[in-house]
Amino acid sequence: MRISRRVALALPAAFLAFTLGAANAQGMKVKIGTEGAYPPFNNLTSDGKLEGFDIDIARALCEEMKAECEFVTQDWDGIIPALQAGKFDAIIASMSINEDRKKEVDFTDKYYNTPPAIVVPKDSDIKGVTKEDLAGKTIGAQGSTTHSTYAEKTFTDSDVKLYPTSEEYKLDIINGRLDAVIDDVVVLDEFLKTDDGACCKIAGTLTPIEEIYGPGIGIAVRKGDNDLREKLNAAIKAIRENGKYKEINEKHFSFDVYGD
Amino acid sequence: MERVFTLLSFGPEGWGDNIAAGVVITVSLALATLPVGLALGFLVALGKRSPDRFLRLAANIYTTIFRGLPELLTLFLVFYGAQIGLQKLIHFFDPAASIEINAFVAGMVALGAVFSSYASEVFLAAFRAIPSGQYEGGYAVGLSSSQTMRLVIAPQLLRLALPGLSNLWLILIKDTALVSVIGIADVLRQSQVAARVTKEAFLFFGLACLIYLALAMLSSIAIAAIERRAERAGAVR
Amino acid sequence: MTAAPGSLTPAERPPVQKAPWTHQRTLGVVLLCIWAALALAVAAFMVESWNPTLFERYAPRYMSGLWITIQLVVLSVIFGALLSIPIAYGRMSENRFLSALAYAYVYFFRGTPLLAQTFLIYYGLGSFRPELQAIGLWSFFRDAWNCALFAFTLNTAAYQAEILRGAIGSVGRGQWEAASALGIPKLLAIRKIIIPQAMIVALRPYGNEVILMIKGSAIVAIITVFDLMGETRRAYSQTFDFQTYIWAALIYLALVELLRNLIDLIEKRITRHLKR
Repeated sequence: MRISRRVALALPAAFLAFTLGAANAQGMKVKIGTEGAYPPFNNLTSDGKLEGFDIDIARALCEEMKAECEFVTQDWDGIIPALQAGKFDAIIASMSINEDRKKEVDFTDKYYNTPPAIVVPKDSDIKGVTKEDLAGKTIGAQGSTTHSTYAEKTFTDSDVKLYPTSEEYKLDIINGRLDAVIDDVVVLDEFLKTDDGACCKIAGTLTPIEEIYGPGIGIAVRKGDNDLREKLNAAIKAIRENGKYKEINEKHFSFDVYGD
Repeated sequence: MERVFTLLSFGPEGWGDNIAAGVVITVSLALATLPVGLALGFLVALGKRSPDRFLRLAANIYTTIFRGLPELLTLFLVFYGAQIGLQKLIHFFDPAASIEINAFVAGMVALGAVFSSYASEVFLAAFRAIPSGQYEGGYAVGLSSSQTMRLVIAPQLLRLALPGLSNLWLILIKDTALVSVIGIADVLRQSQVAARVTKEAFLFFGLACLIYLALAMLSSIAIAAIERRAERAGAVR
Repeated sequence: MTAAPGSLTPAERPPVQKAPWTHQRTLGVVLLCIWAALALAVAAFMVESWNPTLFERYAPRYMSGLWITIQLVVLSVIFGALLSIPIAYGRMSENRFLSALAYAYVYFFRGTPLLAQTFLIYYGLGSFRPELQAIGLWSFFRDAWNCALFAFTLNTAAYQAEILRGAIGSVGRGQWEAASALGIPKLLAIRKIIIPQAMIVALRPYGNEVILMIKGSAIVAIITVFDLMGETRRAYSQTFDFQTYIWAALIYLALVELLRNLIDLIEKRITRHLKR
């Protein structure tokens, strides 16, 4: 008798605690999805830790929002479905704000904006970065990115190959399977600085097309998750103003990545 | 050569610890899938040999689907599709709720579905090899049908199905490699990450292949031991 | 001619007994209802998200992807069959070195995942570019499609060698002896006596192997080949529409079912002499 009464009392209590916890978690805990294969923005170290500009920005934003953040790594081509499926609440993984994606997710304001570029082997005969220059060549890009969309739309006379992460196309330009690769200029620049990147050079930067690239890189949240979106926007604004952004920018790059 | 040892070491510079963690994931995924697949496969086999037409049809639809779809696609369908479906279902009742299928569970379900549809065929073949006299004998000594199944049929069935099932186990170990695509940090994914970062693709993918080979060898040894035991048990009547 | 009325009225047929409604039937109906509900849900989802412009844009791509898948499977199965002959020969050889070599080959390719093998060949061999260039093989391995074909051929050859070995082993020794007693040359005996009998045993495993290759080929999407799965993933990444995957599932299912029925048909034909 006594036991069952205790259970009867404990049950609603546990339920209450659960709902309270849930209500608390709303403002306090944010799961952040990132890719972990896009240096220098987000990548894994050899002991399996995340590092990079995106990661530092995410940490600063969480600190600003007084939120407890947890990172979840997810392959790029499944990152939007995973957000929609609730595996995490926000994507901070250098995702461009563009119209196609806006049909699926909501974006915060941009937190950086850098142009795309093309890298070719040092001994390449590719002179420029126009459609004609690259006609008949094999171009590598990471799949499901704005860069791959750009390449498929612009370089219609070239063979565009899509890779799951930026690291795979790097392997293939090093070993000569690719004549050129397209990606963010910062990512490519970082690659050229490594030992493996000695193979290659930048052939030129491209003027981003607004329609494909949008206003820059933002944080994606689930459609209608305005609460989180506004908090993130406020936090971006705050770290821009309080110098935290500048500090992170200087830690990673020698120039301003925010753009104008 | 020294570089190879550094890369494979367990320290912060090396990838040995990551890959060892991957082995744990691969093995636990396969081990977690096995009971699910066996139980489901047995039930589906029972359904397939049911005297009832509808039940047979339902069981056959199951195996047709999971034996016809590429395992990779099954994995995507479970990982994204089931998630989207469940989410819609739950939102129907409570718009605020959310549900999460974790990648490990998704892998378990997808691999379990594939395993069970093949296992059902193995069980079915084993059922066919048991003469009806065994059932009749069971009923004749007054056992109920569930007792007959448990005490008379199941032990013989397991022995008959063992070679087929051990083959499926080896296939299961290899199929776990596919979960690397949905982001589970198994052996192959850890090697892939290591290959990406270090650009030593041959070393790490070769290592991954050797690990799978070692797992297969260990399994073969274990299976041989189990088969010996089963045979011994079978000899004593 | 109808039977004369009145003569020998056959005994009244017993009334057809209605099958009793069993638990199994209940379960069967419930499960079928679940399947039907799932099918309806998928159909409803497809209708709801039906988009003619999308279909127009991606249907030809899916077809080209399907064609790549079929090419890849057919070619690798054929090359694998050719390669499997020497391997099966090695497996059955009395020469210990040869048989150990063949055994190691088969063990390696059957013991490791196809995905890992494909990665090893595509990315792994990529790191040996200078060496491969020196022997003139790089132009072959430069292409992802060739790498996939190469990996699949090596893989299926191992499986096919075992099927071949099992099938040839299943033909009784007496068949060989009878052929040589009749003075039939060995090659002719293989072609006319052994192979037709071995085929009966081997057909189903071969069929299953082809089906496994069709399903296994989906992984080439990961090494940049646009097969059916590759096109599906590309379509999905451009539209974020889940029906892209459902289309792929339907195509794969249809392909595999078609093949399975074809195998049943062939089996019926080659075993017609066994039917009574």
